[in-house]
Amino acid sequence: MIAYLPKSAVVLTLCLLFLPITFGLLGTLLPAFGYLPALGHHGLSLQPFRDLASTPGLVTATVLSMATGLVATLISLAVTLVFIAGHAGTPMLSRMQHLLAPLLAVPHAAVAFGVAFLFAPSGFLIRLAAPFLGIDRPPDVLIPHDPLGFTMIAGLVIKETPFLLLVTLAALPQVELGAARRLAASFGYGRIAGFVYLLWPTLYRQIRFAVYAVIAYTSSVVDVALILGPNLPGTLAVQLVQWMNDPDLDARFLASAGAVLQLGVTLAALLLWFFLERLSAIMMRNARERGWRFERDRLLCRASVLAVGLVGGVVFAGLAILAIWSLAGLWRFPDILPQSFTLRSWMSASPSLGNAVVTTLITGFASTLLAIALTIGCLERELQTGRNVGEKSLLMLYLPLIVPQITFVFGLQLLFIGTGSGDRLAALVLVHLVFVLPYVFLSLADPWRALDRRYEIIATALGRSRISVLLSIRLPMLMRPILTAMAVGFSVSVAQYLPTVLIGEGRLATITTEAVALASGNNRRVIAVYALLQTMLPFLAFALASLIPAALHSDRQEMKV
Amino acid sequence: MRSMAAIFAVGLLAASSSLPAAAAEPHISDWNRIEQAASGQTVYFNAWGGSENINAYLQWVSSEMQSRYRVTVVQVKLDDTASAVAKVIAEKASGKNEGGSVDLIWINGENFVSMKQKNLLLTPGWATALPNWRYVDSENQPTILTDFTEPTEGLESPWGGAKMVFFYDSARTDASSLPDNSAQLLDWAKKNPGRFSYPAPPDFIGSSFLKQVLAEVIDDPAKLSQPVNEASFERDVAPLFAYLDALHPVAWRSGKTFPQNYPDMKQKLADSELDIIFAFNPAEASAGIKAGELPETVRSFTFSRGTLGNTHFVAIPYNANAKEGALLTANFLISPEAQLRKQNPTYWGDPTVLAISKLPEADRAAFAALDLGAATLAPDKLGPVIAEPHTTWMNRIEVEWRRRYASGN
Repeated sequence: MIAYLPKSAVVLTLCLLFLPITFGLLGTLLPAFGYLPALGHHGLSLQPFRDLASTPGLVTATVLSMATGLVATLISLAVTLVFIAGHAGTPMLSRMQHLLAPLLAVPHAAVAFGVAFLFAPSGFLIRLAAPFLGIDRPPDVLIPHDPLGFTMIAGLVIKETPFLLLVTLAALPQVELGAARRLAASFGYGRIAGFVYLLWPTLYRQIRFAVYAVIAYTSSVVDVALILGPNLPGTLAVQLVQWMNDPDLDARFLASAGAVLQLGVTLAALLLWFFLERLSAIMMRNARERGWRFERDRLLCRASVLAVGLVGGVVFAGLAILAIWSLAGLWRFPDILPQSFTLRSWMSASPSLGNAVVTTLITGFASTLLAIALTIGCLERELQTGRNVGEKSLLMLYLPLIVPQITFVFGLQLLFIGTGSGDRLAALVLVHLVFVLPYVFLSLADPWRALDRRYEIIATALGRSRISVLLSIRLPMLMRPILTAMAVGFSVSVAQYLPTVLIGEGRLATITTEAVALASGNNRRVIAVYALLQTMLPFLAFALASLIPAALHSDRQEMKV
Repeated sequence: MRSMAAIFAVGLLAASSSLPAAAAEPHISDWNRIEQAASGQTVYFNAWGGSENINAYLQWVSSEMQSRYRVTVVQVKLDDTASAVAKVIAEKASGKNEGGSVDLIWINGENFVSMKQKNLLLTPGWATALPNWRYVDSENQPTILTDFTEPTEGLESPWGGAKMVFFYDSARTDASSLPDNSAQLLDWAKKNPGRFSYPAPPDFIGSSFLKQVLAEVIDDPAKLSQPVNEASFERDVAPLFAYLDALHPVAWRSGKTFPQNYPDMKQKLADSELDIIFAFNPAEASAGIKAGELPETVRSFTFSRGTLGNTHFVAIPYNANAKEGALLTANFLISPEAQLRKQNPTYWGDPTVLAISKLPEADRAAFAALDLGAATLAPDKLGPVIAEPHTTWMNRIEVEWRRRYASGN
């Protein structure tokens, strides 16, 4: 009986990822072709697409979505590559790893608000400079919301670089770093060139799906685009949300057609990236065959340190500014600090906070526990059959990350109401699971596969059953990565907005739904309170993930990190 | 997998087949029965959640409803009212004609018209049958019976008044230089480049600014009470867009971007980015000063020939789950006590929909004793009301605005 569990875990996992997305997409596709009986439209037509085509600024919005996504991904990946190439194997890098996880815990919206509060013409940096430059009014400069989306790209780079760095660092142990370094150096290649020629192709193969996920995310992001992006016109995703919220109900067809276009934009961005991959592979081969050694790369190495430092610095400075705003009384330009401090914003948030925190915790824990159980089941099945999941199933795992949320969550909402399911919380946990599962799986898969199997072989030889080997050897030894994967999953759940609002029908309020509702009022103090709260919960999860194993393993010197 | 597909198919089929008869409506005349039925119900009140003040006010409503009628009122905080409308549509789409998730919506204008036209609201006439309707100022506030020229027909119950009012910081801007109409506002903007703007439509306040200007510059204002006449639309709105073409080059950020909404303008007034802002609530500045968001030197002004005014309402969807509780809540919202607190700038500061003359003596005195704050104009200083144009104007102007200014060319 127990032996069947892993097998059913695989089936269940695949269903959980595949079915909601398929049905969700169906629920979007039908209205896109004019079918939505509730509004009295029973026939199929191309009218929604015709309306879409005649929308002013559509081309600009589409190009913006694609370009900001691709450029942000390109910059993030370039910074990651140069930094890792320049510093892999140095002590600095292993120290970095500890700093990166908390950066991941900061939600996108908090990062974006931090960037806005720092760099806006009435933001903190100008206030710092104001006494020296003699400024008493904020300059009339177009930041953020600049038409070419530079501020938005900067915000996305700041958020995505730590993610790509962490993914790359996780994959790094799988390449022969030391040997390659020595070989490249002995032939007189620069650090970066040697790394790129010898190791990058293997490494990139490991992280490419993560890169695709970044492209999909950045080309369809809503919150960052709203806070930092251009708005005349906004990116396609922002306009989609506006159409979905249009009081004119027939705009729903336009929104559905737009969602299909958004899927197209994301796919086109991925396709373009695919060509870029080919192009850079050719360029790299050329450079390698010509023996270009790029020996003088020290400046580039240092620049990458600066870039990574800047990324971290902006995130933490942004959080600090958020903290000040959450406590600010009247804070006028160009004062560097508020005239008075008050707990008012925190106090007025507190009555509605209790329920939101409880819902956030329940949903986060439940979806994370389910995800970790399914992931362990799948990975155990892998060990049993001796087969790796392979590229195809990996793509399946990435499906919820690559298909833009906005294109299938609305359809999913129709489905849930259609089933007459009264249990909203269960539905919410299931939908969160769709997004939590991939991240948990991807975080745990590598350490799981990397564990030396000889421990288990010995234990089995001594007559232990598979399940007892799993419970007494594998799980304890993998305690740290398991908890880290759970922390990642939990923070993914905390950050979900669209699915929570739609499936929870607004009745299940989480920290994030409260934050977005209040952010629409644009009160900096309130925004700050909720952005900090949104950061705090995942932060705690990560802290627990590193403290629990330390406490459990305090008597075992070898298990310490 | 097959069963999931079947469920999905059933959902879509249910939506397309004819709908079963609606559940028995509560009889509004029998108020005792309604109170009994409401007891123990939970009313999900879908209301914009972007303001701490308003959320706190609703918390108070909730505690009052609990102690008076044992009705639990839960605010579902929306970032946009239309998403509540969307929920009702989604429910209708999947055949959920009873036990819906929305019991009460804070609504007006486009969203109301939309729901009314798609038959998504509780039967007409309930609002005017509420016991507290006798206090409502339906005679002197024409916007209580027509919401953006659409007759309310008792489909929604008034909750508060709104009037466009401008704000400035008297420490920075000389009161004698302030404009008294849209044309003067444009001149002021030319003299003070980069210091005035308005939220980009479809933001409600931004669209209202466009309607204000249109009402002042159109050749015949009577046209606005009628649906848009497509034949003359271009000519009718030409003066408005000529005005905007002149305004944008001297507006904040040269009209290349716009403030997000009214609270954003409020922050920009505090940041010294904008010098003149406006809102739809005369007490907004006083409330902002009290909350430490605006300096104490902020003052308000209106145009002597009138600014836009309207009323906001609450409505009950046709498939509401707690209809009786929703009726009871709507009735409480127009009670003198709830309206008094609503007009108090410490809590909200929204003008009442009640006729003070119809109130009992004690309530009249309480309203008279309200301290509206130094930054709030007395009701008789607010100037005349310009009625909202027919909703078709809003849609057409928004589309036209986007075509001209938001196409990225």
